[in-house]
Amino acid sequence: MNDQPVIRTQGLTRYFGARPAVYELNLEVPRGGVFALLGRNGSGKTTTIRMLLGLLAPTRGGGTILGYDIRALPPEARARIGYLTEEHQLYGWMSVRECGDFQSRFYPAWNEKIFRGIIGHFGLRPAARVKSLSRGERAGLCLALTLAPEPELLILDDPAIGLDPVARRSLIESMVFLTRRSDRTIFFSSHQLPDVERVADYIAVLDHSVLRACCPLETFRNSVRQVRLRFPGTPPPVPKIPGLLQAVRSEGELRITCVHYNGATEAALRALIPSEMEPAPITLEDAFISYLGDRGEKSFILSETEA
Amino acid sequence: MNLSIAINTGSATPIYKQITDQVRLAVATRKLAVGDQLPSVRALAEELVVNPNTVARAYTDLAREGLIESRAGRGVFVTRKRKMFTREEGRRRLEPLLEGLIGEAMVMDFTQEELRDAFEKKLSQCQWNFKKGADANHE
Repeated sequence: MNDQPVIRTQGLTRYFGARPAVYELNLEVPRGGVFALLGRNGSGKTTTIRMLLGLLAPTRGGGTILGYDIRALPPEARARIGYLTEEHQLYGWMSVRECGDFQSRFYPAWNEKIFRGIIGHFGLRPAARVKSLSRGERAGLCLALTLAPEPELLILDDPAIGLDPVARRSLIESMVFLTRRSDRTIFFSSHQLPDVERVADYIAVLDHSVLRACCPLETFRNSVRQVRLRFPGTPPPVPKIPGLLQAVRSEGELRITCVHYNGATEAALRALIPSEMEPAPITLEDAFISYLGDRGEKSFILSETEA
Repeated sequence: MNLSIAINTGSATPIYKQITDQVRLAVATRKLAVGDQLPSVRALAEELVVNPNTVARAYTDLAREGLIESRAGRGVFVTRKRKMFTREEGRRRLEPLLEGLIGEAMVMDFTQEELRDAFEKKLSQCQWNFKKGADANHE
């Protein structure tokens, strides 16, 4: 049972009008570890999360979460899932302590030590009123309220949005702390690649409503490669290379970024007879941008007519 | 323990490799000696704020190189160093480092003489754990 993925979807699809927000999503999130859901704004991350939690009905397809059908989640399933929304909805008139007391009544497994630990970590006074808190403090309070019931599965929808660097670091520290229990799973969406690089075991990449990658972070990093080729003069036109993401031509140099680099890719590049050819190390951010950015050839060489 | 590791996100070097590189350097510069204990995977992960699996991966690589070993129930320790690279591989790795150094120095308008002097001076200052050459054995 513990080898079962905590989240699994099959053909999960949701339309808003004629436009698919999530299209034919087949996602598997293994138990244990940290899973990051990446994608540009409007790529379908929040819609996916809302469907997983049964807050939004799929147009077709479906899935399971902790083994339960997402279309009919019973309360006992919800009690095992922690969900942090982008909006940090709270009652402004309550104090920090009152928020904790209020929330704790809904959860038999409420762990007050965790609640106090996290509000302390974010520097929150128990007597402070919610309406007086900064955005980062509200995020800390919401995180404490979400973590204190010790959820088996924690789903965070863009938790870092609007946080200053100190609050963001506290958030990431809390996530690392949470991995102490190896049977806990964190599923979070984010735009913060430095955070993802620090904490994620796995990533999934959504692009225009479609899942484009779902693998360990290291696998993603290893499969996006960049190679620099030097030429005595203007580089030759770029041939058809399988997996080509980007080709940047400049005077004397051709920079190729591609996915699934292998022997065949190498042979195709060598056939251009460059005077030099070397791998160029690439950052996670660059890999991500070339993966999701405009594909094809860019040239920094002005053509004769333009010059 | 004299180990301080700095993690740089957004680098072309993956985090696990930043850790292995810095532990190796700490051993080479004697900040870590044979028999010194390293933090546990969990402790280092929380200190550096990175995924524990990343630290575990770094430790596995270092153990495979024979630089550290994990003793059951006691922790992770620096071991007697076995040879990590063949001479040829070592030279191959040294090359880009030297090119980088010389390139930077040229940009800062150092002459060859000045660079050579600075290099010699630094070398004599460092109490590093260099392997002695055959002609230095009598020392």
